[in-house]
Amino acid sequence: MSSKGLKIAIVGGGLAGLAAAMKIAEAGHNVDLISVVPVKRSHSVCAQGGINGAVNTKGEGDSPAKHLDDTVYGGDFLANQPPVKRMTDMAPEIIYLFDRMGVPFSRTKEGLLDFRRFGGTLHHRTAFAGASTGQQLLYALDEQVRKYETLGTVTKYEGWEMLSLVLDDHQVCRGLIAMDLQSLELKAFKADAVIMATGGPGLIFGKSTNSMTCTGSAVSACYQHGARYANGEFIQVHPTSIPGEDKLRLMSESARGEGGRVWVPKNDGDKRDPKEIPEAERWYFLEEKYPAYGNLVPRDIATREIFQVCIDGHGVNSENQVYLDLTHIPAETLTRKLGAILEIYEMFVGDDPRHVPMRIFPGVHYSMGGLWVDFDQRTNIPGLLAAGECDYSIHGANRLGANSLVSCVYGGFVAAPAAIEYAANVERGETETNGIFDVELARQGELNQAVINSEGGENQYKLHEELGRVMTDNVTVVRYNDKLKATDDKLLELRERLKRISINDSNLWATQAIPHARQLGNMIELARVITLGALNRNESRGAHYKPEFPDRNDEEWLKTTIAEYADEAPVLSYKPVDVSLVEPRKRDYSKGKAKGN
Amino acid sequence: MGENGHNEKRRLNDPPRTFKLKIQRREKEGAPARWETFELPYRRNLNVISALMDVRKNPVTADGTQTTPPVWDMSCLEQVCGICTMVVDGRVRQSCSALIDDLLLASGSDTITLEPMSKFPNIRDLKVDRSKMFDHLKQVHAWIELDGSYNLGPGPQMSNEVAQDRYALSRCMTCGCCLEACPQYGDDKYIGPQAIAQARLFNIHPAGKMDIDERLAGLTGDDGIGNCGNAQNCVQVCPMNIPLTRAIYETNRDITVNTLFGWLKK
Repeated sequence: MSSKGLKIAIVGGGLAGLAAAMKIAEAGHNVDLISVVPVKRSHSVCAQGGINGAVNTKGEGDSPAKHLDDTVYGGDFLANQPPVKRMTDMAPEIIYLFDRMGVPFSRTKEGLLDFRRFGGTLHHRTAFAGASTGQQLLYALDEQVRKYETLGTVTKYEGWEMLSLVLDDHQVCRGLIAMDLQSLELKAFKADAVIMATGGPGLIFGKSTNSMTCTGSAVSACYQHGARYANGEFIQVHPTSIPGEDKLRLMSESARGEGGRVWVPKNDGDKRDPKEIPEAERWYFLEEKYPAYGNLVPRDIATREIFQVCIDGHGVNSENQVYLDLTHIPAETLTRKLGAILEIYEMFVGDDPRHVPMRIFPGVHYSMGGLWVDFDQRTNIPGLLAAGECDYSIHGANRLGANSLVSCVYGGFVAAPAAIEYAANVERGETETNGIFDVELARQGELNQAVINSEGGENQYKLHEELGRVMTDNVTVVRYNDKLKATDDKLLELRERLKRISINDSNLWATQAIPHARQLGNMIELARVITLGALNRNESRGAHYKPEFPDRNDEEWLKTTIAEYADEAPVLSYKPVDVSLVEPRKRDYSKGKAKGN
Repeated sequence: MGENGHNEKRRLNDPPRTFKLKIQRREKEGAPARWETFELPYRRNLNVISALMDVRKNPVTADGTQTTPPVWDMSCLEQVCGICTMVVDGRVRQSCSALIDDLLLASGSDTITLEPMSKFPNIRDLKVDRSKMFDHLKQVHAWIELDGSYNLGPGPQMSNEVAQDRYALSRCMTCGCCLEACPQYGDDKYIGPQAIAQARLFNIHPAGKMDIDERLAGLTGDDGIGNCGNAQNCVQVCPMNIPLTRAIYETNRDITVNTLFGWLKK
């Protein structure tokens, strides 16, 4: 197809970025890989439960078509279906490839790959490596990419943060500007194509299950350069997280996949030790309401039920917490299948979940929305592609558990050849780029200097807390239009106050104040996209729930939200959803699926 | 042990109103180190990271001096990315999983001391540069040589026992605790336990075995496995409980076998 030796810049070194890097290097091209942290420390390591692929080793008659159906049904039919089909078709071979790369997946007696159950499906479809599958998959790609690093085809820039794209006069992406987080040196990266793979924007909500690198800042920069952002209002709140002072730690869905049961005492405020409360006095509310799927209903449903139980005063000790109980399962089985996540609970809470029911509450976890891409992962800006959580393409209005890892790898595997194809065939003259990198370098330098010079007395970390609080209070599980409107007013206020911060760091070497201030500005812009998208969408679908409009409304709202940047407010428009493969139907998890392929 | 036969967390019964963080500061690599102490209000369930976040919001020392916010690395906060490793009260560990209650209980003091790891270049304050550890992974060829990443079906069948042994090794997050604690590691004299264990991870894989010679070659140079002094500090500090000494022992055995019988291959 193409000449060798093209240069593709990849921003982000998690699963999607490394998947793309490996494919591009394997095809004989060069990669500049830019990441805020050493890529092995990317947020993909936090994914716990597993990776979905309909390999059908359990004699259940599973198939990629059923995986497609579960995914679009779980996503409340907001996803374009052709790329979902392509992903579910590719999923088994993705799992096999990781098996060949040496991922220590759990195995059956026969020595084959073992599979567990996850939410939103009735099949054993989830391959897993203990309860740290994301870590293991990321490491496998990290190892393969390291090999290409030794061969000189991949060059890593770890500890660098992307600040902006560089577009030419035709609004074509020609590269990007990034900053060395130690020296604050700005550098222009010229590239034949750029792939964004920067993950989610959880930090917009202050505390979430995301890593501290998940600001969405680089994606917001793309959006402000004219890239379309799609379905921003769809933010997944995971039903089971462990509240903490610094973050909300994830308690994997695999705990329920292996038989964990969610309950509260039937008597509100029951102070007894949970082990002392007899079966008859426990309310297993998910099992009662959803007999077919029980504790494994999709995340948006489990989250709303847990949230409502607590709002109604039925939480454990009348607080915002419910029990997630594994104590009926033998401790040895739990250690083998869930060891890593049980250790996290034990480490941070102190109780041993093998013997004491865990106390959990929902926490912001994942963005279904992201950069708009076509079916080949290309954004609307020529030369700019996106893959992984930072693109919107696969999960619709709600993501199923263990579909994130497979969608990251799929996105990277599709983006890589698409980037090569674009770069190999685009015709353009070198003269067009004269000066454009210098102009953008100077602009970014000025923006940094403005932060350094600012002396208004506002504290950036307190502004970030305020951002997190207002977004968590008003733009998560339950949404009201008056509160969404008030949230946008607050965001505008924060945007103004951010101009008046005083960075309290006189030492600019390796300072974290300037990068954080820049990220915060970008986070506020993305927060507006999320909030105003939610305000506009007067229905309830997947993770987006408005009591004022409690039902899904396909007639008016079976469409993708598209946000385009403008200084006064994001401009929203809507595109139809491609539902050519599975006809939309109402979701009902109280019984087994009525229909489906 | 609690009544149910499992560990129960010890908690501070009479928590203090405030506690102190004593932090080693350094403006940049090569600059002199100095100490600053911050007094913070005690809250339940604090960890070192949330205490540092409190300091960052209001960087004023216990004696009222305005200073710069301390710089440290953090990311996952679930002890799985390894980035926030530092020396806490004299022990190398991840600061995200270092809980203030536990530290105060263990020391009986009202002060928690934070220092950067000493075996790596100290970029600023508590932040260090561990890129050498990734270079070591290159040196031992810590990967499987694939024919290509296209669809060639599943990998080799293997017992769950081997998979579990590999999983234990594969949880290494390149945090550097083992190197910080190792008396032999430093000045490029010794590659250290992490890289040896990662070589082992691939040497026991049915496909990885085929490249064992290359991996062992990376471990038999001047900085090789022979420099291990068998202090066994590494296993004691490893936060992921990786059987590092076993990996060193087994790799040594592989090298011996290779040396004795290597000529047979020729």
